[in-house]
Amino acid sequence: MRASRSMLYIPGDSPKMIQNSPYFGADSILLDLEDAIAMAEKDSARRVVSTFLRNFDFGDLTVIVRINGADTEFFEDDIKEIIPCRPYAVRIPKCSSPEDVLLADRKIAECERRNGIPVGTVKIHAMIETALGLERAFAIASACPRVGALTIGGQDFTADMGVQKTKEGTELFYARCRIVAAAHAAGVEAYDTVWADIDDPEGLYKESKEIVTLGFTGKACIHPSQIEMIHKAFQPSEKELRKAVKIVTAAEEAERNGKGVIAVDGKMVDAPIVARSQHLLELAKMYGMEVAQI
Amino acid sequence: MKLLRTASAGKDDSGDCLVTVSPAEGVSLDYRGANREIFAQRTRNLVEEVLKEKSVDGAAVVIDDHGAIKITIRARLETALERAAKEGAGA
Amino acid sequence: MNMTVNSLGRKVPLEVPGVGAFAPYAGPFAKIGGFKPFLAQTQPVRSAVPSRSKVTESLRGAIERSGLRDGMTISFHHHLRNGDAVMPMVLAELQKMGFKNLTFAPSSIPDAHDCIADYVRSGLIGRLYTSGVRGELGKLLSSQEVDIPVVIRSHGGRARALDEGSIKVDVAFLAAPSCDCLGNITGVCGPSACGSLGYAINEARHAAHVIAITDNLVEYPLHPRISIPQYLVDQVVKVDSIGDPAKIATGAARITRSPVNLRVAYNAFLAMKAAGIIEPGFSFQMGVGGASLAVGKFLQDYMLEKQIQGSFGLGGVGGYMADMLSQGLFKTLFDVQSFDNAVTKSMIANPNHMEVDVSWYANPMNAGAIVNNLDCVILGALDADVDFNVNVLTGNDGVLRGASGGHQDAAAGAKLAIVVLPSIRNGVPSIKKKVDVITTPGESVDVIATECGVCINPLRQDLLDLAVKANLPLADISDLKRKAEALAGGEPEPISFDCDRVAAVVEYRDGTLIDTVYKHK
Repeated sequence: MRASRSMLYIPGDSPKMIQNSPYFGADSILLDLEDAIAMAEKDSARRVVSTFLRNFDFGDLTVIVRINGADTEFFEDDIKEIIPCRPYAVRIPKCSSPEDVLLADRKIAECERRNGIPVGTVKIHAMIETALGLERAFAIASACPRVGALTIGGQDFTADMGVQKTKEGTELFYARCRIVAAAHAAGVEAYDTVWADIDDPEGLYKESKEIVTLGFTGKACIHPSQIEMIHKAFQPSEKELRKAVKIVTAAEEAERNGKGVIAVDGKMVDAPIVARSQHLLELAKMYGMEVAQI
Repeated sequence: MKLLRTASAGKDDSGDCLVTVSPAEGVSLDYRGANREIFAQRTRNLVEEVLKEKSVDGAAVVIDDHGAIKITIRARLETALERAAKEGAGA
Repeated sequence: MNMTVNSLGRKVPLEVPGVGAFAPYAGPFAKIGGFKPFLAQTQPVRSAVPSRSKVTESLRGAIERSGLRDGMTISFHHHLRNGDAVMPMVLAELQKMGFKNLTFAPSSIPDAHDCIADYVRSGLIGRLYTSGVRGELGKLLSSQEVDIPVVIRSHGGRARALDEGSIKVDVAFLAAPSCDCLGNITGVCGPSACGSLGYAINEARHAAHVIAITDNLVEYPLHPRISIPQYLVDQVVKVDSIGDPAKIATGAARITRSPVNLRVAYNAFLAMKAAGIIEPGFSFQMGVGGASLAVGKFLQDYMLEKQIQGSFGLGGVGGYMADMLSQGLFKTLFDVQSFDNAVTKSMIANPNHMEVDVSWYANPMNAGAIVNNLDCVILGALDADVDFNVNVLTGNDGVLRGASGGHQDAAAGAKLAIVVLPSIRNGVPSIKKKVDVITTPGESVDVIATECGVCINPLRQDLLDLAVKANLPLADISDLKRKAEALAGGEPEPISFDCDRVAAVVEYRDGTLIDTVYKHK
């Protein structure tokens, strides 16, 4: 299990930032070949990313590359050069249908085969950025085993919908709920969109807590200063953890005594709750929290 | 790879380098920046290695180094060479 | 020059022409303890005619009256930092008056004073005693263009040198932010206020003749604080401005945003925690920028959370430390140099924020300087080697661009000396096999903290045990060197120094020579 709370966007054409990425404290990084890169520099950014992927030790960091969409002239070259470098995943922009995913899957598989890489090594993170994509979220998420996550691109989605993107986020509420459900139904991760205002960490924290509650497994961000807030939002509270410890301890005891029914604080606790509590404790451990045993 | 024109890649930002290549007879390297003395040989070796990999016979290479690591210099050099060799891209 | 090899394997002169004889470095405490005190330098004796005013009509007049002659030694303090106008002003006047071959012995030289290079070229300055050399002066001294004796001393070492008479100051020109007509001086108020006058106090005590230069002549007597008393001051000169306030008392330095420096700082903080040193009564010194300052932030948050109160903070004090004092995280601050406005304000407002002179701060040869009581110091560095030796004087190009400062002193005195530096900087590995110039010996450096992990000096097995227990992210220093070299694509090639031409000698705080800086070919 790897921590995947924060995903920091880094322009592919910034070698210094990529070189320093292990020290930002993010769980994963998204090397961007798409929107952050000017047309004339696509080749340059692609080469920086592939050279780093081949030669640089990213340590525990999960490295994902956002490639250009299939509707651009850069898609094929991106796949050809990036896939053999084995990033953890490639993020595909504007997935509007399962066919978009299947096309990418095919191209990636061809490339893996050509390069002697086990087919399926590089995952796809599919971006939902249009109303049509949202409508087909589950189909996209379950289009093929290669899909590892659904992500929402808030800016493009609201543009597609012809609405204003706001800090309150009402206009994204349905999309978020739908995407997170589709992702969970398909057994893949769900990443939320970026909080653009770097100077409003409180707003970032509020939004992050909201999306954690909805069930998102991670959130993208655009600046290293945002990572701490996102991690704080994903952190289980002490109260939650204490309860989880109680539940897991009770479950273990019940199993030892051959009892089928688990009771905590006079209330019955069934299997899904136990599973969630165990998951919470694993998360806490992964995040380096000290969980005192009762 | 045959170089058809002068081309550059990279930026003069900290941690990056600006590489310019031009067609030439033989290999020449003008390595500029704060590290030009202490990494003269490393850079010369890298340039020769990349030119050999890309089968470039002759090139005049200028590297304006702003504290880049080897990975970055290589990436910029490769891109500059490819831009210099690109067919039909104009002079 | 007659050279010998010291205990660190470095070649150092036995004698520097135009300066005198030196002993080679033999260990950080080789000359300390078991030493019978003796009366070395006697204090300058004057018999001034009593007057009601020492104010002289002009700088030139003051210089004429001081008895300064060619070949004599002049000194300054560097408390006005890059805002200082006094060094350039006085040197310009001395040049105009036709002086030659003076020994220029300021407590240090601010970055901004590139003009000093011109005064070396012109022959005004024939010998240099300083803590730091940077900018144009550094480039000049590292080149073959001039050949003057240069001795670089730490702050504590300079205090010792003044005490024992190795530096005999004939005239001290002291910038005085607030001064009365009889020469009582302080730095805490005035338009060009600079806070503590820690270095200036020592200059005034030892110089044969002291000229105060002020832009703020106040009514007699100066009050409520007098840092340098009138009985040490011979003349007072009033000028329009002694410096640029914006560059003297800068705004408080902000915590670095560099992710690498933040990680370095965090690792250093973890090392402090692991060593068990952050306890009630803890004493601390840190730098005022980069990773060194950022450690302060982590420390502050931790001490606030755990409600720990330290005994004293020491330095080189910046706004951060002054803040920690006001939050009650330290009982007192000992301030030898104030770095920003917030610090000067703290000094005025808080009696527990005390001004200390440099001998009190770091002199190894007195009855006990404050550095000896430090629990922990965080020090920066230009580079370091696998034996934990540290270089703060020359850059990757071998040119002089740094200052010895209090580095040697704090490292020797502190229980836990942590050097912070990124393992690779500007594409060049910071860990070398051997640094070009040793400023602080590895024997006095306990930890080197980098972004990749913490290296513990093998001499400190006790620390290593604690570190392992605390799960500190440890790194082997040779491993770090290798990893950084892998990124850079190789080991940096050696600089072509001209080993027949010495640019400067580096004194250790006890007066022995720890290393030699050579000129470039």
